[in-house]
Order: sequence, then C-alpha cells, then structure tokens
Amino acid sequence: MPAFGSFALLLALALSGYNLFAGAIALRQLATGARGRVSPERLAETARRAGIGSFFAVTCAAFALVWAAFTNDFSVSYILHHSNRALPGPYKFAALWSGQEGSLLLWAWLLAAYGFVLRVRHKVDVKLTAYASTILAGIQIFFLLLLNFAAPPFSLVAGRIPQDGFGLNPLLQYPEMVIHPPMLYLGYVGFSVPFAFALGALMMRYPGEKWIHITRRWTMVTWLFLTCGIFLGAHWAYSVLGWGGYWGWDPVENASLMPWLTGTAFLHSVMMQEKRGMMKSWNVWLIFSTFALSILGTLLTRSGLVSSVHAFAESAIGAWFWTFLVIVLAVCLFTFILQRDHLKSEHKLESLVSRESSFLFNNLVLLAACFTVLWGTLFPVISEYVQGNKVTVGAPFYNRVAVPIGLFLLFLTGIGPILAWRSTSFKSVRKNFILPVVSAVVTAIVLIACGVRPWQNWSEGQGSLYSLMAWSLGALVVTAVGSEFLRGAGVISRHTGQNLFASMIQLTRRNTRRYGGYIVHFGVVVIFIGLAGSAFNQSTEQELNFKQSMKMGPYRLVCQDYSQDSNLNYDTEYAILDVYRGDKKITQLAPEKRFYQASQTTSTIVANHSTLAWDLYVIYAGKNPDTGQPIIKVFLNPLVAWIWIGVLIVIAGTFVALTPNMTAAFAASRSRVPVGETPAMAMSKGGD
Amino acid sequence: MRLLFRFSQLGLVVLLAIFTMGSADNAVRYNDLGHKMMCVCGCGQILIECNHLGCPDSDRELSELRAALSHGDGDTTILESFQAKYGPTVLAAPMLTKFNLVAWFVPPVVLLIGIVATIALVRKWKLRTVEMPAVPTTTAFQAARERIRKETEF
Repeated sequence: MPAFGSFALLLALALSGYNLFAGAIALRQLATGARGRVSPERLAETARRAGIGSFFAVTCAAFALVWAAFTNDFSVSYILHHSNRALPGPYKFAALWSGQEGSLLLWAWLLAAYGFVLRVRHKVDVKLTAYASTILAGIQIFFLLLLNFAAPPFSLVAGRIPQDGFGLNPLLQYPEMVIHPPMLYLGYVGFSVPFAFALGALMMRYPGEKWIHITRRWTMVTWLFLTCGIFLGAHWAYSVLGWGGYWGWDPVENASLMPWLTGTAFLHSVMMQEKRGMMKSWNVWLIFSTFALSILGTLLTRSGLVSSVHAFAESAIGAWFWTFLVIVLAVCLFTFILQRDHLKSEHKLESLVSRESSFLFNNLVLLAACFTVLWGTLFPVISEYVQGNKVTVGAPFYNRVAVPIGLFLLFLTGIGPILAWRSTSFKSVRKNFILPVVSAVVTAIVLIACGVRPWQNWSEGQGSLYSLMAWSLGALVVTAVGSEFLRGAGVISRHTGQNLFASMIQLTRRNTRRYGGYIVHFGVVVIFIGLAGSAFNQSTEQELNFKQSMKMGPYRLVCQDYSQDSNLNYDTEYAILDVYRGDKKITQLAPEKRFYQASQTTSTIVANHSTLAWDLYVIYAGKNPDTGQPIIKVFLNPLVAWIWIGVLIVIAGTFVALTPNMTAAFAASRSRVPVGETPAMAMSKGGD
Repeated sequence: MRLLFRFSQLGLVVLLAIFTMGSADNAVRYNDLGHKMMCVCGCGQILIECNHLGCPDSDRELSELRAALSHGDGDTTILESFQAKYGPTVLAAPMLTKFNLVAWFVPPVVLLIGIVATIALVRKWKLRTVEMPAVPTTTAFQAARERIRKETEF
C-alpha cells in the first residue's frame, strides 16, 4: 500500500504539471490567436481532464494512508508515529490529519476535490474556468511537490518494524477533532477557488462582474466552513484543554482568524462591486490577501516561526511555504500592475452617510482587526530581531487592542443595514436610528441597574466595561435588524393579508441574500453576548473527599465517588459529583483525567453542565499526592451557551443566503392578493 | 462654545476619576497579575490558568506572586521582578517600555490612519462626482424609480 500511495502522489504531480503547462499554453494561444499542431480548445480540454485525473490520483493516495492506519501498517513511519492498535476507528481515520505529512495530504486532497467540482462544472464559463483550473493546478503542484519530496507521508521505517505505534496525540482523541480540522481545511483550501477565479478574471481582463456571481457561492460556502472550523476548534479547546476558556489568542488560532476576517470583508465589499461596479481593485486584493493569509496560517503552524501550544506538526518545510508565498504575491502584484486599468471603478462614493460608506468602514475595521491579529502574532519575531529577545503577546494584548476594534465592528453591523445606497438624508438617519439608539441606551441603563458597573471593579480590567458595551451595541444591532425585518414584513402583511411571521418568511425568501445576511448579523450579536459573559467568569479549586462538598455560584457539588479505570487505550481517574441547586439534585458530573499508554501523555476530559445562563465547568485536576484525594477545579462561566447558539444562527443565516431567491411570479402566486389588486402590483409594493 | 469645551473637560475628568476608582485588594491583584503572566514550563498557558498535572513551574510562580503581594510590592515592581528572573516571555503581554510600545500603538494608529484616509478619500470622490442632470419629477417616474429601487436593493 505505501508504494501504491507514493505512486499515486507522483502520478498526481505529473497530471497537475500537465494541467498547468498545457492549460497555460492553450490559454496563451487563445489570448494571442496563435495556433499550434493541436487546437488550443483541445489542449485546454486535455488539461482539464488531467486536472480531474489528479483528483482521482490524490484520492488514491489519501485512501492508501487511511488504509495503512486501519490495517496498523507500522512500516509506514507516519502511521507508526500517529496511530496504535488500540486506537478507536474514527481516530484512526483522524490520523490522516493529525501530523504534518497527513495534513498536507488532506490539503492536497481537498484542493483536488474543489478543483474536481470546478472542472466538472466548467460549462458555467469555459474560458474563465480554464484560467481558474490552471491556477489551481499551480497551487496543487506546490502541495504535491511538498508531499513527494519534502514531507512524504509514505516514508518507510528503517530497520525493525515495531509491533505497535506511538499513538495519536491525546488532545486529538476527542469526537470534535474528527471534524474540526477538515472543516478548517475546507475553509483554508476553499479560498483557493475564489482566488483562482479572481486572478484568472484579472489575467484575461474578464468583462463585467460575472466572475463574482460565479464565485459567490464558493466564497460563502468556504467562509461557512472556516467559521464552523474556528468555532469547532473553540469548542474543542473548551472541552479538552481544561483551562476554562475557548479562545487563547494562540498563534494557530490567530492563523485561522486572519483569513476569516479578510474573507468576511470580501463577502461584504463584493456587494459594492456587483451593485455599483466599485472597489474592484480592493476586492481583488482582498481575495489575494485572504488566500495569502491561508498560506501564511499554514506556514505559521508548521514552520515553528512562532511558538504555539497547537503546533504539533512543526518541521523544516517553512522555506517551501515562504518561497510559495513570495511567488503567489509576486504573481498577484505583477498581474495587478499589468491589468490595473481593467479595474477602474464605474462609480464613486457620493456620501459618507451611505450603505457603500458603511461597507467601506466595515472593510477598514475588519482589516484593522486582521492587522492587529497579524501584528500580535508576529511581534515576538519582530521583537527578537530588533531587541534581541522574544516577548509574549497573549490575551492581555488582544483584550486591550482587538476587543475595542471588535466592538466598533459590532456597532457598524448595526448601522449598515439602516443606511440607504448612494446617500442617506439626515431625516432618514434620524428616523431609522432613533429606535436602535434608544434600545441601546435602555439596555445599558438596565444592565447598570442590575449591577454591571464597570467603575466598581475597574482594577480587575476593562472586561465589564466591554461587556456593557457589547450588550448595549447588541441591542442596537438587534433592533436595527429586527426593525428592517418588521418593516418589510409589515408591507407584505398589509398587501397579502398573511400574518407577520409568514410575511417575514416570504420577505426572506424574496431576497435570501439580504435577509440571510441579517440573520448572520443576528447570530454574530448572539456570539458577542456570549463572549461578553467571560468578564464575569468565576473559578475555585478544592480537594474533595467522599461526601464532601464545594460551592460555586448557586450550585453545590458533592463528591459521591472517585475511582480509576483502564482500557487498552488509556488509564483514567475520575470523580463522580452530584450537583445540587438548593436541595434539588440537578445532575451528576464525572470529570476525568486520562493517561494514554502509547504516547505516555495525559489529557483532561471536562464535565460541563450547560444552561443558557452559565456553564458549570468541572475539571478533575488530579490527586493530591499527600492525601490521595481528588482536586476539583470548578468554573462558572456565564453565557457560554450563547456562543454556540450564535454559531448555529450564523450557519442557518448563511444557508438562507445561499438559497436562491423565490421569483416574483412564484411569490405572487403564493400570495393571497386582495380583491382589485393584481399580483404584480402587490409584489411591487412589498419587500424592501 | 467655550462653555461647551469647559463642560467636556469636566466630563473627561469625572470619567477618568470614575474609571480609576475601585478597590484593589490582594485577591483581586493576585487574579489580575496571574492573568498578566505566563507559566514558564513551556505549555504556553496564562499562569493562573495553567492546568498541567504536576506542572513544575506554575505552583512556584504563583507562590512567588503571593509572597510579593503580601510583601506589599507594586504591580509594576512584581512584573519587573518576574521579568528579571524568568525573562521577558514570562509576561503575557509586553510592558509599555522602549520598543515594546510599538506593539501597543501600531494597531490603533493604523486604524486611525485608515479612518482618516477613508474619510479623505470619500470627500475627494464626492467632490469629483459629476452632477447628474435633473430627473423628471412626474409621479409615474417617481413610482417607477421607487419600484426599481425596491426590486434591486440587496
């Protein structure tokens, strides 16, 4: 099987090489009108087929590695180091992306899969797809070169083959780890597609904005995958790392956040290009930057450039990534300089108080946030270069610098939807803003009355001030978005006689992109509400003997038992705790500490009782060596569940935005039109 | 105008006074300083959040922190003494000294420059905008325009 996998990777490289060179020659011939022995159309078609072939070859290689994991083929060095006989099946599958070589293979396979879909659907726009396919082949070649020569996944073990493997990193032996990395990679890799289309469109001086229409769904799906990947990672960190938090501003976490921020900016600013033919250069550079940041993220994770708790796959392939990054940026810059006259805006901004302007500021703030994260991530390296010593740039830095930027962004989320395109009159601003602003002020007053008073515990940090601001701004956004929904639904309701809820659904179906976007914004507010709760986290630690209890907030935890167990994969120590609220038993929790025999490492399994108000988060911190009694650490983390609910709303909103609009005719036929009014008339009055 | 300026100044002073008030007992300072330092065992975790079973360093660091607090040392003195003992990486964020100031000030400055540049750009574009010819003001035209706006708006 290793030989089969290695051969498949070599074949994939050859096919991708053909795709790139034959595709480039064909496109050159088409551009210049030159003819060779084979017509450029046929040459381009063979290049496309080679690209499809490379997908099957990379799939074979990925299958070979998974097969080796499932059959415990420890002659393969990668399997020896990332699996063992006792490892459960799903984690053997996850071994594919748990190390350097495997995760590069996953990158290559996902890229090949995206390329496969793109090449199969080439009839959408044959020429533009040919350009995009050729560019994707160039990216694919880089990863296949890595897999064939720098980080081969099928390297064989020298000498005697051990009977068992060293096992999978225990931190990765958690159900979410089977899905989190593929989601994240689908996001990283997915941005290659809009990047390839943007670069291709620029190279061929593609007329109009059709390339944006073609890539809109690609970009949104990719963004959705990245969003899911990031939050699954946060949930995994919360459930496994056992420090009571979900985001530590670790360089690897930052690496995933940066392309997400620029990708989000791109999703907003392309609307200006579609609608008004503006910001063409900006959009092209946004998608170039997003792709470059995906590569930079991968580079940071693997090169050891910055130290990270996640960087379990460090190696010396940094030079390869640097070279690739420089080539990508050089190609982008060269193409941009050559074709920049093609990117002239058709319109200019006419007012500072307009929808376009809010998009511009939204982009600016998202990019400032991205820059802050990049700056904080790279500052230790810069400091070492300038001062001769490394410094740590951790959570306190980001809490002070990035959180205010995030709050500003939340504010823009609220005001953007209530501004009109081109220009908004002062009268309109006053009319549309008054309710959201009142809502924000009332929320702030209520919260202060309820005890959220930043000035009373200022010495603890700005957390409660930020929370107060986040919740007040959240109220502003929800009111703004809600009033937009209600206004539109009210019009439909008046003209069709439907109830408000049915009208809202119809309104959303008429313009799924707009109202799906609003649902996403609502989800973002819910996430912010959850994040703001972290300012009020509480924790305590206590040694607990049988029947002893400890208090945390309204809960009382009583130790019923503590014991140990073992299976083939790991030994475990755990405590069984009854949780009471008042005199009523709420639940039973069993926090664990596992010791994995193959890798000789420990891992925490957190026990969590989650409610809308707070999470009771319990960790088994180990046994006191002197008394032999378990040490239990308990956190009361307010509003964490809102984060995960917010993510679900964001996902739902994105799905709505991906759904095609209901056509006006269909909408009219579904509406009960009042007597004396034609369906067309009713449609023209309703909606936005 | 002068009165408004005076009131703004007074408001600023009151705000500063409010935000610098508040208790700072040792438990709060312990929690605060514990979040400003890192565990030096290599786990990359915030000192007070380090949850390694048998971590060789976090307990020692925390007991040193407790000792410094009970000794009555100021926050800056404690942070500097930890930095002197364990190196600059023990601090979770750079202190406001020399080159480290750059870390703190560059992102807000970049955002500020961006905002100013964007406003300037929009104003420049606005000035360049060519006046559109006056549109007919008939009711039918206005109705058609409104309908188009509604149908095409995102």
